[in-house]
Amino acid sequence: MGTTDLVVRFAGEAGVVTSAESLAATAAQAGYHVQTYATFPSQILGGPVHTQVHISTSPTLSDGDDVDVLVAFSEDGFNNHKDSLVPDGVIIYNSGEFDPPGDSNSFGLPFDDIAKEVGNARASNMVVLGAIAPLANFPLEALKEYVTKRFTRGRPGDEQIVEANSLALDRGAEAAEKSGFHLAELDPPIRPDYEQIMISGNAAIALGAVQGGLDFYAGYPISPATTVLVWMEANLVGEDRFAYQVSSEIEAIGAIIGAGYNGRKSMTATAGPGVALMSEGLGFAWMAEIPCVVVDVQRGGPATGLPTKTEQSDLFACMYPAHGDVRMPVIAPGTVEECFYAGALAVNWAERYQGPVMLMSEMQQAERSQNIPKPDLSKVTAAGREVYKGDMNGYQRYEPDEMGPMPLPGGPGAYVANASEHDGIGDSTHLPIRHIRGTERRFGKLKLLNDGPHEIENPDAAIAVMPWGGSKGPVREAYLQLQEEGVDIGWLYSMTLHPLPEAISEQLNKKEIVIVPELNYQGQWSRLLRADGYRATSITQYTGLPFKVGFLVEEIKQAVAAHKGGKVLV
Amino acid sequence: MSDRNAEYDFKWCPGCGDFGVKRALEWAMQTYSEETETPMADTVMVAGIGCSGNMVHLVEGEQPFGIHGIHGRTLPVAFGVKQARPQTNTIIVAGDGDFLSIGAEHIGPAAQRNVDMTCVIMDNGVYGLTKGQASPTTIFGTQTSSTPFGKLEAAVKPFEQYLAHGVSFIGSHYSSRPRDLAKLIGEAMNHKGFSIVHVQSPCTTYNDTFDLLKGNKKAGIAPLVYAIPEDHDPSDKEQAEKLARAPGVPLGVIYKEDRPTLEDRQAEVRVKARSRTPQEMLDTYAV
Repeated sequence: MGTTDLVVRFAGEAGVVTSAESLAATAAQAGYHVQTYATFPSQILGGPVHTQVHISTSPTLSDGDDVDVLVAFSEDGFNNHKDSLVPDGVIIYNSGEFDPPGDSNSFGLPFDDIAKEVGNARASNMVVLGAIAPLANFPLEALKEYVTKRFTRGRPGDEQIVEANSLALDRGAEAAEKSGFHLAELDPPIRPDYEQIMISGNAAIALGAVQGGLDFYAGYPISPATTVLVWMEANLVGEDRFAYQVSSEIEAIGAIIGAGYNGRKSMTATAGPGVALMSEGLGFAWMAEIPCVVVDVQRGGPATGLPTKTEQSDLFACMYPAHGDVRMPVIAPGTVEECFYAGALAVNWAERYQGPVMLMSEMQQAERSQNIPKPDLSKVTAAGREVYKGDMNGYQRYEPDEMGPMPLPGGPGAYVANASEHDGIGDSTHLPIRHIRGTERRFGKLKLLNDGPHEIENPDAAIAVMPWGGSKGPVREAYLQLQEEGVDIGWLYSMTLHPLPEAISEQLNKKEIVIVPELNYQGQWSRLLRADGYRATSITQYTGLPFKVGFLVEEIKQAVAAHKGGKVLV
Repeated sequence: MSDRNAEYDFKWCPGCGDFGVKRALEWAMQTYSEETETPMADTVMVAGIGCSGNMVHLVEGEQPFGIHGIHGRTLPVAFGVKQARPQTNTIIVAGDGDFLSIGAEHIGPAAQRNVDMTCVIMDNGVYGLTKGQASPTTIFGTQTSSTPFGKLEAAVKPFEQYLAHGVSFIGSHYSSRPRDLAKLIGEAMNHKGFSIVHVQSPCTTYNDTFDLLKGNKKAGIAPLVYAIPEDHDPSDKEQAEKLARAPGVPLGVIYKEDRPTLEDRQAEVRVKARSRTPQEMLDTYAV
């Protein structure tokens, strides 16, 4: 019998990342859809870690609930993950490292010994990948092509390396065949008829922001946002581009405000602890109306929390990051593909309403690689800044109730960007009328941000599910399953959480109840929706791990039944 | 911008040292603009919070651009301003509380990078805007509203701190001689690198040190200020350290070191870097 999906998990210490990346890249090249998942300890090197590859004949929405093949590089990896296996799954373990107590669904391979035998101690990953191929009828030839491509780098010795890795694949495959284990055969790939890229969520945000015209980045290392800094340091280089590792998140927010004031499209990326440190600066950017973007790649919180685990618990902190009357624009992409468009949109929004924009991602989609349709850059435009070009002095940047062009240093219209309440030219004032007009002006501008991408399905259903951010994928998978089962629910999704597109607000108004699965304890999004007058309830999980589809299907069914049974959910 | 803004009603107390610093800044900015033939609009003044922070609203004459930001964060904001448009003449104005207490963490990075910008620090040894609490430069044992039994900490030594951080231009002056101060600020602006002009700017309401600074013969007070001896070599770090440790308030340049600025280093790197278009970046991810 064939299958459309294969989930492989690599558990242990060394090698699990390379193995997953190699398998994912191979599967994508072969024409499958793939999505990886990685969880790391906050350690310098090594430590317990696992990676997962979900291979499918159709676009992937989740990491995959259960594991078909577990590759255990270490005894801990074996013990910690063996229970995630589906009943007819297979465990391949490193018999050079350990021998597990007798287990009917596992077989051992001395990964490193075989690698040494084929003449390349670093080829143990290929022994593993070779072994996976025959189990699931995954094309061994695709793996060989990958090896040839990867190691043909125009250096002396390339040929020997390709040969050794190829041999390692063969040896792994032979051993697996001898083991006698077989999984359901993976259906042949349905090759997409569009161009694809394979990218991580963090890289997609960075690339999208640059396409949106980003030319100034300041950041401070913090998991899981560090890869954005590293990306910028490597890519945002050359004339009129700037990327810099500054001394703290406080310096980062200050620097992007200064740069935004002086004409740059600026951004920083951080995680929850950094958002906390940027709080006052974000209020300043809101008050003085300086365009800039803050990316929050969420991890488990509060405080140091779970630095390398996933959670969606920063929504309150991102929508209301500062003291005083503020409510930030919030963009929360739900897929790796959306991360790209969100990066561009965030930069454009900051220019359009002249203020700070929050872009929320989360660990599980930040670090995962996925093959997605290649964005058509000609369709992603960068908003230009509306610059004041009038008289030299006396321009009242903050005077009109409607936003006007921004003066730039070097040009006319000198003014003060003031963190205190201010008059038209930016001088401090305490007059009630100034504070009233200033406050209303700052909130009023938000209506310019009305073009958030959104999805509405089955609009007449009385009940809808409405995920946000990175939970979109598994919730989507659960929704599709419930549709097949005939459960009458609608689908609402908005990539922008504030402001909400009008069509979404209209839908929310019509619903008897909106069910929000989210990865936090308080049900932060449904609380905010309720505060805005909508009827919403949450399905919460706070494990540091992403949702499983099976869990969501059951929970959504229960919520629907409870609502229909008259139980008040909110 | 006070001369044409009747609504703006903040006032420094009569006799405040900051008036002298304001005059000096106005002269220095104007001279810089004329000498370098750059418009005043290329100057951005970044202020923090405190009495000194209002400088940006009060400077008269041709107007620079201004930022009146949050407490202690002048240097981070100024860093962004400077890096965004390197031709910007970036001036930081801050008090001893803003710069040496809440904002002290930012001096080191700015100094190590040697970012080409100029700080004018108004040191009055007290938190004036909040009505008289001890500041980092308040001397040990002083009674203030927040130290009713006398300050329990020794005063920080700004010049020793600046030297330790690697600030490449350190000037010292006081507010009563605005012409001389303007010249010193001008020197700092022309210095390629991170410069600090630390100015004794007394608070007539909570910490009036005018007599101490200038001396008062009738009261038998010897002046704290003194001209830096002509044989002082500001490029000699040992001499600078000696001067920094000496009692009193020297007037002039304590230390000046010519070394590459961050902007110089960036120019070197820029040659090596391969700048790619977003399309080229995107193509590297092709499956």
